[in-house]
Amino acid sequence: MERDVSLPAASHRPAPEAAQAAAPLSPPPALVLERLGYARAGQVIIDDVSVVLNGTARTLILGPNGAGKSVLMRLCHGLLVPTSGSLRWEPARPVRQAMVFQRPVVLRRSVLANVTYALHLAGVPRRRRRAQAFDALERVGLAGLASRAADLLSGGERQRLALARAWALAPEVLFLDEPTANLDPASTAAVERIAMAIHAAGTRIVMSTHNLGQARRLAGDIVFIDQGRVIEHVPAPRFFAAPGSMNARRYLEAELP
Amino acid sequence: MNDIGLALRQALSMLVTLDPSLVGVVLLSLQVSLGAVLIAAIAGAPLGAVLAICHFPGRRPLVVIFNALMGLPPVMVGLFVYVLLSRAGPLGPLGLLFTPRAMVIAQALLVWPIVVALSRQAVEDLWIEYAEALRSLGARWWHAVPTLLWDARHALITVLLAGFGRAIAEVGAVMIVGGNIDGVTRVMTTSIALETSKGNLAFAMALGFVLLALVVLLNALAFTIRQRTMPHGT
Ligand SMILES: Nc1ncnc2c1ncn2[C@@H]1O[C@H](COP(=O)(O)OP(=O)(O)O)[C@@H](O)[C@H]1O
Ligand SMILES: [Mg+2]
Repeated sequence: MERDVSLPAASHRPAPEAAQAAAPLSPPPALVLERLGYARAGQVIIDDVSVVLNGTARTLILGPNGAGKSVLMRLCHGLLVPTSGSLRWEPARPVRQAMVFQRPVVLRRSVLANVTYALHLAGVPRRRRRAQAFDALERVGLAGLASRAADLLSGGERQRLALARAWALAPEVLFLDEPTANLDPASTAAVERIAMAIHAAGTRIVMSTHNLGQARRLAGDIVFIDQGRVIEHVPAPRFFAAPGSMNARRYLEAELP
Repeated sequence: MNDIGLALRQALSMLVTLDPSLVGVVLLSLQVSLGAVLIAAIAGAPLGAVLAICHFPGRRPLVVIFNALMGLPPVMVGLFVYVLLSRAGPLGPLGLLFTPRAMVIAQALLVWPIVVALSRQAVEDLWIEYAEALRSLGARWWHAVPTLLWDARHALITVLLAGFGRAIAEVGAVMIVGGNIDGVTRVMTTSIALETSKGNLAFAMALGFVLLALVVLLNALAFTIRQRTMPHGT
């Protein structure tokens, strides 16, 4: 069973100096997808997707299993190269971004070292890494486990570590690919609180889920995707009140009580 | 039957009294094989990691070659190093033939493909798990190689133990390049071969026990490490 963590709401908590220095200052850059496509071995996985992610709302990519959510996020993050169409950031410049995966990957070293490793790759000077890493761990409620071997953590703790590792980088954009798909309710709630806190600190959040409840709790706008196509991209209240497509209506109706 | 019983008793007394010539041979064996494994580890593990994660033309043939070289007959390695180090050979002027250094070189060559092939396997397994996360964090291959080597450290220790087991137990290579010179290049395996052929069963048996004990110890160690590092959770 997961230990519950209570997180202070990020907006109420004065960010320590180290984090403040690295925190995003300007509004997060917008992501513009134009006729984006991805095919593999003759099979079209992402089909002609044109979407603009701007504003400051949390974007939830919603769709059934196999819809193409993970592939779309990997394309956006740059882990996959589109086979057609294009993708750009506005303003056009290198964007500090991070991604958290459905199955959290932890390095076989201490919890703290997992975070300092990411800071090292991000070019943070050695003398500042430890403090920044501790700070990030504190924000996800893992500071007490800093010296624990990360591969001994529970599933929920691993995902919080992955979030801390991403958060420590003070990303302008954070992709979360079904981060709670394998977690129990308490861990899910913790991950959602952390995602909201990262958002409150000024990061663009793009998160995928197949869970309607989660989409209701978190979404500012919804990108509904089915069979590799974006069916609609609308503000969340509108999506849930009156979905504009048959596919979305059917998906909403299929929700279990 | 009586002869063997007598030899056995003599062997045990040599072990108990730490017979100096016996100890000398054991120490030289350890020195040579540990040196060889150290060199093979430094030259082999990073190469194995690069083969695991970098996709360059010729990678596949290299992987196949290193896998095949794991079964290299020690006498072939001995012959090869002998030719290199012999007075007329390219490295002849170094004057290394029939020295412990030549034996280290030969065993290092013998163990190197084992380290390369097995560490490639270990790193590849880990890379499947790590690849996306490391790329997401901005790691390039020269970051990933040390990261994976460190995180696969338990598997790599068992790889080195396997390499050491191979080195300490081989006869052919050290026999050819060392020459089995008493007090200079005689190691456990070559002594056992020689003393047995001379009929000095006691000495051969005493060394045999040490060798056997070492091999058992190595395997127990490798087994323990594997047990300890079973994956936890998902
Ligand atoms: N590496 C891959 N090679 C081939 N097909 C893939 C690959 N990754 C995903 N797919 C296919 O692409 C489709 C979308 O997958 P995915 O993005 O993982 O769906 P989701 O995350 O929405 O559940 C699925 O049909 C899946 O089988
Ligand atoms: Mg997915």
